[in-house]
Amino acid sequence: MSFWQDPVAVIGQWILDLLISLNLPEAWVTFIYTLLGVIVVASFGLILVIFLIWVERKVAARFQDRLGPNRAGPYGLLQTLADIVKLLTKEDVVPEKADRLVFNIAPILSMVAVLLIWAVVPFAPGWIGTDLNVGVLYIAAVGSFGILSVLMAGWSSNNKYALLGAFRAVAQLISYEVPMLLTMLVPVLLARGMGMVHMVTAQDTWFIFLAPAAAVVFLISSIAELGRTPFDLLEAESEIVAGYHTEYTGMKFGLFFAAEFLHAFTVGVLFAIFFLGGWRGPWAEQAPILGLFYLMLKSIFGYFIIMWVRSTLPRIRIDHMLAFNWKFLTPVALALLILTAFLDKIFSETALRIPVLLIANLVVLAIGYVISSAMTRRQAKQRVKFKKRPVAKPA
Amino acid sequence: MTVEQGIFLFIGFLILFSGFMMVTRSNLVHAALYLILVLFGVAVLFVLLNAGFLAVVQIIVYIGAIAILMIFAVMLTRGDVTGEAITMNSVFGWGMLLSSLFGFALIIMLGQWPAVTSLAPALPASWNELVEIGVAFLSPQGFVIPFEVASVLLLAALIGALYVARAPKKGE
Repeated sequence: MSFWQDPVAVIGQWILDLLISLNLPEAWVTFIYTLLGVIVVASFGLILVIFLIWVERKVAARFQDRLGPNRAGPYGLLQTLADIVKLLTKEDVVPEKADRLVFNIAPILSMVAVLLIWAVVPFAPGWIGTDLNVGVLYIAAVGSFGILSVLMAGWSSNNKYALLGAFRAVAQLISYEVPMLLTMLVPVLLARGMGMVHMVTAQDTWFIFLAPAAAVVFLISSIAELGRTPFDLLEAESEIVAGYHTEYTGMKFGLFFAAEFLHAFTVGVLFAIFFLGGWRGPWAEQAPILGLFYLMLKSIFGYFIIMWVRSTLPRIRIDHMLAFNWKFLTPVALALLILTAFLDKIFSETALRIPVLLIANLVVLAIGYVISSAMTRRQAKQRVKFKKRPVAKPA
Repeated sequence: MTVEQGIFLFIGFLILFSGFMMVTRSNLVHAALYLILVLFGVAVLFVLLNAGFLAVVQIIVYIGAIAILMIFAVMLTRGDVTGEAITMNSVFGWGMLLSSLFGFALIIMLGQWPAVTSLAPALPASWNELVEIGVAFLSPQGFVIPFEVASVLLLAALIGALYVARAPKKGE
């Protein structure tokens, strides 16, 4: 296999040979080799985020009929680097009564929680940090560190707006975790395995054709997990200053900021792996570098939808946010999970599998929509009507 | 010493240290954060034992739920975040005595158990703990009845919680 087809395998083999030629004990060779892998995967995410911020700002600007960053470097590409330098030179303020240790750990934890997901992302055939056989559950487990970091930041700031933001965040993130996990189980059922590599290799037909409704519910609840518009109640600046990161300055704020952007792209990557076939595409098996290209292309598609939603929808009200989750997304996700389990077992080896699952998904989505809109209409009727009062007029 | 043993020793000390810190903190949120460290350490131990599924479930169930616990801690101790609460009560001495006796008894009993000093047999190459756990939970020869009974119990608890938390209707 040549360098241009699979650079990672070639470089990895070269480093492994180098380590062995140094006559280290075998355990240390494995340790150093794994550590290098960790550094490479983590740096990939961290460097990616520099460009993601530029992409997001540029796309959001176009949606709002602006130009976006266009001064630093060609097309404003260096804008983020300038911003990083600015953030690094800012004064690092810690509130007097803040819990110093917790306050400082929280931004790091929020970044780590996102980077940990990348450990199980299959970039291309053979390119994966570690192929856990519980990959999907691992992603769910790592997500709980993100919730924890928000709560730690909000509590340790000793600021009531930060604490309010953290409470809102936990209410929202824990609620939306339910439909997200339930819809993550649908591709697990279809692939008959939780490993991420298995998930990709099982997608001879992309799962979005077998479970379109699950894909939609997954994307919506993931956007809510991100805490961005329209679900940005946890940092609603018109209500609670900036939510849980009110008291953060300089690069500590920068870490929260970067973690959110990287998490948004990571959701795109997960969407691509679960529903769009991951790295699969023509000749990806022969030349893994093409696989990386396909995965990034599909991820950017998911990421674009997230950006699109963010820059076009207004913020949702807090009771609507909770009602939407518990009265629409969660029942739909539960129904989808049960239906998929039954239908996929009955029609598993027949040609009917794809059309039956596709139609079942669409029917569930339609029924869910009809029921929830009927309920909304009934509630709107019950709303208290106030008596008309005369409007004050200038004499 | 292999790398694995090094990790085990480090995690062991981490668990013991955080466990001690957890029970001696007067600040409830700090206690909850140390509890997270303890539970995370236990998850790492599961990984060292080739039980990845248990490790991941440990993190989801325990660390994921502690966020809620911390909210309760903050709300119940509002305005008293820096205050010094008493962490020892009058039966502290008896508790110490009984727990150290129990600890010694455990050490002696484990010392006599042959499995402690012998190496565990290597797992077969086709071993998949996910499949094993699934079959054990759902096969009639396995633990299907305890598993289902536990599910029914949890469902009952869920409905009970809903009933208690529900706003009373008019006229009730």
